[in-house]
Amino acid sequence: MSYPAWLDLNAVWFVLVGVLFTGYALLDGFDLGVGALHLFTRTDEHRRLMLNAIGPVWDGNEVWLVTGGGALFAAFPVVYATVFSGFYLAFVLLLVALIFRAVAIEFRSKQPMRWWRQMWDVGFAGGSLLSSFLIGVTMGNIAWGVPIDERGEFAGSFLGLLHPYALLLGVTTVALFLMHGAIYVVLKTEGDLQRIARAWINRTIIFFIICYAVTTMATLLYVPHMAERVRTHPWLFSVALVNMLAIANIPREIHHGRDFRAFLSSCVAMIALMTLFGLEMFPNLVLSRPEVANSLTAYNAASSPKTLGIMLTIALIGVPIVLAYTASIYWIFRGKVKLDKMSY
Amino acid sequence: MDVLLLSRIQFAFTVAFHYLYPPLSIGLGVCLVIMEGLWLKTGNPVYHQMARFWTRVFALTFAIGVATGIVMEFEFGTNWATYSRFVGDVFGSALAAEGIFAFFLESGFLAILLFGWDKVGRKLHYFATWMVCLGAHFSAIWIVVANSWMQTPAGYQLETTAYGPRAVITDFWAMVFNPSSMDRLFHVLCGAWQAGAFLVVSVSAYYLLRRRHTAFAQASMKVGLGVALVASLLQLVSGHSSAGVVARHQPAKLAAFEGLYETRTNAPLVLAGWVDEANEEVRFNLEIPGLLSWLVHGDVAAPVKGLREFAPEDRPPVNLTFQLYHLMVGIGFGLIAVAGLGSYACWRGRLFDRRGLLWVLVFAVLGPQVANQAGWFATEIGRQPWIVYGLLRTSDGLSATVTAEMVLTSLILFTVLYALLFAVFVYLLNDKIQHGPDAADLEPRGKLAIPGRS
Repeated sequence: MSYPAWLDLNAVWFVLVGVLFTGYALLDGFDLGVGALHLFTRTDEHRRLMLNAIGPVWDGNEVWLVTGGGALFAAFPVVYATVFSGFYLAFVLLLVALIFRAVAIEFRSKQPMRWWRQMWDVGFAGGSLLSSFLIGVTMGNIAWGVPIDERGEFAGSFLGLLHPYALLLGVTTVALFLMHGAIYVVLKTEGDLQRIARAWINRTIIFFIICYAVTTMATLLYVPHMAERVRTHPWLFSVALVNMLAIANIPREIHHGRDFRAFLSSCVAMIALMTLFGLEMFPNLVLSRPEVANSLTAYNAASSPKTLGIMLTIALIGVPIVLAYTASIYWIFRGKVKLDKMSY
Repeated sequence: MDVLLLSRIQFAFTVAFHYLYPPLSIGLGVCLVIMEGLWLKTGNPVYHQMARFWTRVFALTFAIGVATGIVMEFEFGTNWATYSRFVGDVFGSALAAEGIFAFFLESGFLAILLFGWDKVGRKLHYFATWMVCLGAHFSAIWIVVANSWMQTPAGYQLETTAYGPRAVITDFWAMVFNPSSMDRLFHVLCGAWQAGAFLVVSVSAYYLLRRRHTAFAQASMKVGLGVALVASLLQLVSGHSSAGVVARHQPAKLAAFEGLYETRTNAPLVLAGWVDEANEEVRFNLEIPGLLSWLVHGDVAAPVKGLREFAPEDRPPVNLTFQLYHLMVGIGFGLIAVAGLGSYACWRGRLFDRRGLLWVLVFAVLGPQVANQAGWFATEIGRQPWIVYGLLRTSDGLSATVTAEMVLTSLILFTVLYALLFAVFVYLLNDKIQHGPDAADLEPRGKLAIPGRS
């Protein structure tokens, strides 16, 4: 199967990789958030309810990361190789956190002892927080720019990745996932826990809005290239507007008791954020700083047009199927979560 | 230690640990399809109980498989960046297919399998069981295709770029059906079916010895033994044809498998021995003259290439490869014997009170695991010093920016984490086995209780 010459496959894959990572943020975002919120629960029953709210879906959500990583490897091998080897220790920590978290979900409720459950609860919450934070730090570095040499290799250090702007994005990501997770908990629970989770939404939204404001200001002041495209194409400001309106809409929907719409608003806000991120980055995938000429782009770091074409065919066949059955699984497991003997 | 050795140790360790689990998922997947199929066909509630019990075991292996699988995907980039740039274009499509077709299928439908017993009807649940089994198999397909391309590259051309050399795909199907991929896939799948089936056999034998859950254990044993016997016999066929592919396309590896230094006709098949690499000979050898020539070429007079045809820097470590290969083959024959004896006794109706044989079956679960590990180590060490056979040396595939200290740090972290993971796995598996099948599972509930409704 061949695609017409006017179709810019590199741009298509830039978008598709973005879509996969956005899907990951939307889905694993809420279960990482639920994990972090675990710290604020008081009773064993509430903790189990929260675990079971994400029980049937969390590993499917994590598959988006696997597929996103795979697509990056496939479409932009140079970016994959440079970023993963350059951010070595950060990514190893991310893996350790993700694994520990997965193990904790599986094993927490298998034994009744208090110390056993507490140990895994801490592991679950800690792993979720650390994963969210590290994902944010990675985004922060990609936005800020990292030193790349002329052979496309990372030329910085681990500690160099932990500059204030990256840390700020780490915290903002944690806040975003906390908010997203709190809304999900409200959506999936009832009674006491739901009342508690409603209070979480108020607090996490405030936390997120503060982080968001600081990040926006810091970006405009110190990372002007991340606002360049919107500045020169004012109509793109509509994306930022959608983003802000969607965030503002969340408390409104919660107030009216329309929890599902609040969740959708949160999703729309995240999609708009990722769209802005993508718009400002394009065509760069990794911005090189200070040597801008060494940046890795969707054009110089990509696989051959033939591979991009084959992968597009695979994606066109596979993605609609994936979306269809993901949607039907969420449909089958719709409604409030109840505990039974198969529960975590 | 240098970064190359540490990176190799870390990759070997993490992939070996990971590979304990996917074969169990694949093999158990097949057993689940059979068990639930038997329930739907016969309506016998024991089969329903079996399907539910083994689904719980499946979920355990799957969870650890996913968690440790993410590490593998990251490690290509973190530790083998140069290799990733080299193979990205070729691997790309296989990996994309793996993610989209296999992982989503498996994890999505597993949710229905595990949590959906009371929420969906019989037909949809059985469909989900099939999809999980299929997803597990798909995941093997794409990763084995990618690995086979590293053994016998095809359908590509080499290019130089600003970031170093790379292989670029020229023919997708030639890449997918490279000379070794289908034989190796079949070989891997047989090994996986054995792993899953012998787990079922082992647990069932344990129950029979303890005289617990007898009806459940007898029915599970029959399904397990059936799959184990078929898989073990197929493995013999696939092993032979895989070795033939190695002989044709990776002669240095075959020579290492057999400890053959000199190219010769009437080449012997060495059954056991110790390779003295300094003097280039096999000591304490027990061999059958001419059999290797006959197995490879169908003719005792045909020559088989020896290691001296290759420059010393192009040879794999010989004795290690030799021993691992022979361990795998030995266990393979052992498993045929065990599965054959078990099936025969079972068919004659004598198995359930032959305690000696049952004990053998309990420990047989280790056989496929050891053979799978030994086989992978043999094939990967046998490919050395190449990471992509004939194209890229392992030492040239490393990440330029990663230091030995960094790899040592991550290796320690992974070791601690995996030790914990393994302890918890063994603990929980034992817990499930001690708990046994649930008597309540004899009665299907919810929509599943309604026969013939979907």
